[in-house]
Amino acid sequence: MAPKPQKRKRAKHAKTKMPLPVGEEAEPLNMESMGHPEIYPLVLTTKTQEIFNCRVDEDVTEEQPYKLIKKEDIFADFANRAAVSDFYPVKKIVQEYPGDELLLVYDRDFKYGLNFYVIGTEEGKENYLNPPELPEEQEEYKDHIPEETYIYKPPISKPWVSLGSEKEIEEESVKESTKQITYMISRKRSEFGAPIKFSDQNASSVKDAYIECTAYPDKNFTLKQLERDVGMQVVPQIKETSTQTRWTCPKNATTQYYPREFLEEEKEALGQSKTLTEFLNGVCTSVEIALQQNEIMNTFIHDWKCLAEEEGTFGDKTDTHLKEYQSFTDLHSLTEKMITCVSWHPVIYGLIAVSVAVRLSFEERVHFSGKLLLQPSLILFWSFSDPIHPQLMLESPDDIFCFQFCPTDPNIIAGGCINGQVVMWDITAHADRIENIKAGGSRSKKVTLKPMFLLEPESNKEEMYIRHCAVSSIESGHRKVITDIHWLPDTFEINRLGNVFENRSGISCQLVTCSADCTICFWDIRPQKAVTPQPQAEKKKEESIEIPFDIPSTFLHLDLSWKPLSKIRLSKGETTLDHCPTKLSLSEDNLLYKAQEKILAQSKAVKAGEMNPYQNLENALSNILKPIDDFCTKFFVGTEEGEVIYTDWKMERDPETGRFMAKKPVSLYTVHDGAVHTVQRSPFYKDIILTVGGWNVAIWKEGIMTGPLLQSCCAPKRYTSGHWSLTRPGVFYIGREDGYIDIWDLLEKTHEPAQSQNICITMIMYIKPWTFSAKQQFIAIADYYGTLHILEIPWTLSHPSTNEVSSISHYFEREVKHLEYVEQRKNIREQERREMELELEKKKVKTFQKSKEQLEAELKMDYESYLELEKNILSNLGLTKVKDSKSYMELI
Amino acid sequence: MIGNDHAEVEETLKRIQSHKGVIGTMVVNAEGIPIRTTLDNSTTVQYAGLLHQLTMKAKSTVRDIDPQNDLTFLRIRSKKHEIMVAPDKEYLLIVIQNPCE
Repeated sequence: MAPKPQKRKRAKHAKTKMPLPVGEEAEPLNMESMGHPEIYPLVLTTKTQEIFNCRVDEDVTEEQPYKLIKKEDIFADFANRAAVSDFYPVKKIVQEYPGDELLLVYDRDFKYGLNFYVIGTEEGKENYLNPPELPEEQEEYKDHIPEETYIYKPPISKPWVSLGSEKEIEEESVKESTKQITYMISRKRSEFGAPIKFSDQNASSVKDAYIECTAYPDKNFTLKQLERDVGMQVVPQIKETSTQTRWTCPKNATTQYYPREFLEEEKEALGQSKTLTEFLNGVCTSVEIALQQNEIMNTFIHDWKCLAEEEGTFGDKTDTHLKEYQSFTDLHSLTEKMITCVSWHPVIYGLIAVSVAVRLSFEERVHFSGKLLLQPSLILFWSFSDPIHPQLMLESPDDIFCFQFCPTDPNIIAGGCINGQVVMWDITAHADRIENIKAGGSRSKKVTLKPMFLLEPESNKEEMYIRHCAVSSIESGHRKVITDIHWLPDTFEINRLGNVFENRSGISCQLVTCSADCTICFWDIRPQKAVTPQPQAEKKKEESIEIPFDIPSTFLHLDLSWKPLSKIRLSKGETTLDHCPTKLSLSEDNLLYKAQEKILAQSKAVKAGEMNPYQNLENALSNILKPIDDFCTKFFVGTEEGEVIYTDWKMERDPETGRFMAKKPVSLYTVHDGAVHTVQRSPFYKDIILTVGGWNVAIWKEGIMTGPLLQSCCAPKRYTSGHWSLTRPGVFYIGREDGYIDIWDLLEKTHEPAQSQNICITMIMYIKPWTFSAKQQFIAIADYYGTLHILEIPWTLSHPSTNEVSSISHYFEREVKHLEYVEQRKNIREQERREMELELEKKKVKTFQKSKEQLEAELKMDYESYLELEKNILSNLGLTKVKDSKSYMELI
Repeated sequence: MIGNDHAEVEETLKRIQSHKGVIGTMVVNAEGIPIRTTLDNSTTVQYAGLLHQLTMKAKSTVRDIDPQNDLTFLRIRSKKHEIMVAPDKEYLLIVIQNPCE
């Protein structure tokens, strides 16, 4: 089996190597491909079949499908029919056929594609004819096939037939157009692997170190993009438009509304409805619980915070002494002087004004009156920057015993003289001198210190004094020394009858003075409208008097013709001795110390805008004033006898005479043993007044008529001056006659002063504290020898503790309640006393009413009991015998 | 009967007013119109209007969180005093108290 196919293969191989010529004279197609190279398929037509006697199904049948055909016959056919012959394709085979007869086989099944085929080799013929082995071989071969796996038949190579694909391949293939350059670089073997050293080189420095190939636009390479890939999307079309509303002219529109309210009847009706009652009953309990909760305890209190004192203390906490800061003495004066009144300048820092008076008793004054006339009576302005020279000196006709800065204009000063005159100064012209105090320090260095008596008489000592503007009329004013002067605040005005009106002028234009002639006068600094011919004549006379040129004409209208607006006499009733007032305290006291900002604002306004209202006092009168109702017109007065009077300044009509008379005082208390020299309202509470006089201190509450809230016991030394502390509500300072200052602190002790400190060796005449800032508080103490001491108040005394105001107000309330309790107790005691008396009376009456029979019965009983007693005693003694046996018998 | 109720109403209000620290008491209807008050008219009207709105808001807040809940009492504590509002279907009782001394 094997060798035969191999044979065929070899034969096949040999044939394929030959190149295939394309033409008609091609080798006849043989069945190489089927493994039979000797088989040449033929198509035989019917005619050919007849010629060669191989007609289908007649000569050539299934049993005998072959026919041997002689070669000569085929050649004859060729000669006859030439190309038409069916054997023409195999002509060559036939010619080369070695044998004589060719085998022609009828291919019934078209096995080889055509209906006949010729076997071209002898061997093949023989094989065909003698095929017994073949079928067996084929059978065997066929049997073998299912048992064996597929035998790999390598593809038999065939001559390639070109179909035109070489062209495409040629086009697509990449061929090098240019010949590639080859470089051969060689290097010495020894240099391989040697360490490399790199170094930098600037390319521009070395020639030809680099070759530049600059880019240039080459048209050959510019491509026009004829095609582009772009993405597209469909979106809805959006269009934006806007419009503006028409804006007509803007108008101010206002809406006014009022709340809905029920009418009275509706309210009543609702109030009586049942639903309201039910609601209130239901809700009342919870409301009351809530209210009581709050009453019991304040749950929101920060206990820890409340415990602590304020931490920001300035200075030492343990330091409680007043520290000496500065002291001023007038060294220029010839006679010994004492200070009568002290006042801090309300606006300027470090400026204090002091009024000095001669230290002589009444007789001595009279004695030395001539000498005294030559000496000027002054108010000195001291500044912290210059302890030796006073800044300003205001001259007055006589010694000033009290003075005050005007609260609305600190350049106006009013003072009360010893002769009963009210003196006015206007220092507006010199205001700039005192305003820049600190700059004045350099001036003092230039001026050398010289006592006044060394100065030449022609020196300008006269120019240093500022003369007063106006003095009151001598006849119609006070007759004796003016002990107290106050400016009325600019909130109200008083007319002749004491009725209170609104003050439209915005300035303080009225004063109140009290003097030792038992009168209290109200003064108005504005020119009076009432003009009578007589005063005019007087005025003319006075006008002829020369007025020095440097005096401002502010109060010219008042000069020497100034009459008080009204006079109130503090009479004691029918007796001729009247109360002699020493100090006043009005209900609406100018809290000068607190009005600093107000004054600053006012003075600025004055400077900025119109003229000083004090220059135009006549305008002030033209306002029609509105009376103020419910104004408390009562005030406290302290007298020389040590009484504290609470009285009214409103005049009332005396029913008998029809004239206007002062009302009787509301209350009067004799509390002090000496003259009351301080009547002062507390800066914190409007209705608490401190009065100091004699040897004790009293604190009053306005409206409590029963007595003082606190009355201290007698001190060892006389109290000569006093003042509330400006920042601590429970602290006040009392000056003694031995130069000590007692500092009282109501939170610490109420029966004696908390501290005592020595200031000077002599009597303290006046105390005036002043606050400049939260950290600096000074107290000015004036003594009898004319020295003004300025001390600094330590932090503990100037800074109030938290809740101090409320604690002190509680204290006062407790004291008020205590007074009420005392009153009640008094009443109760009175009642008890009366009851006891009544009972005694009753008892006395009862004893008389006991009847005689009763007395007799009582006597009898007494006698019988006595008899029994006698018997018992005797029997005990054994003196009676008879009764013993009797008793024994009775027993049996 | 009516007189009794009236007296009772007055007495209750007086009792509340006499508590320590109470500044004012007022009864306001469901719309915020005052019915009874111890303060002056302008203050009353102001308190009534503002507190009525606040009470409504508080009530709605409570109900929104839990519909079965309802506002029973409202207390507003401020620096100076405490305002207590007792709401009801038809009326509002407002009490202003100063709890501290």
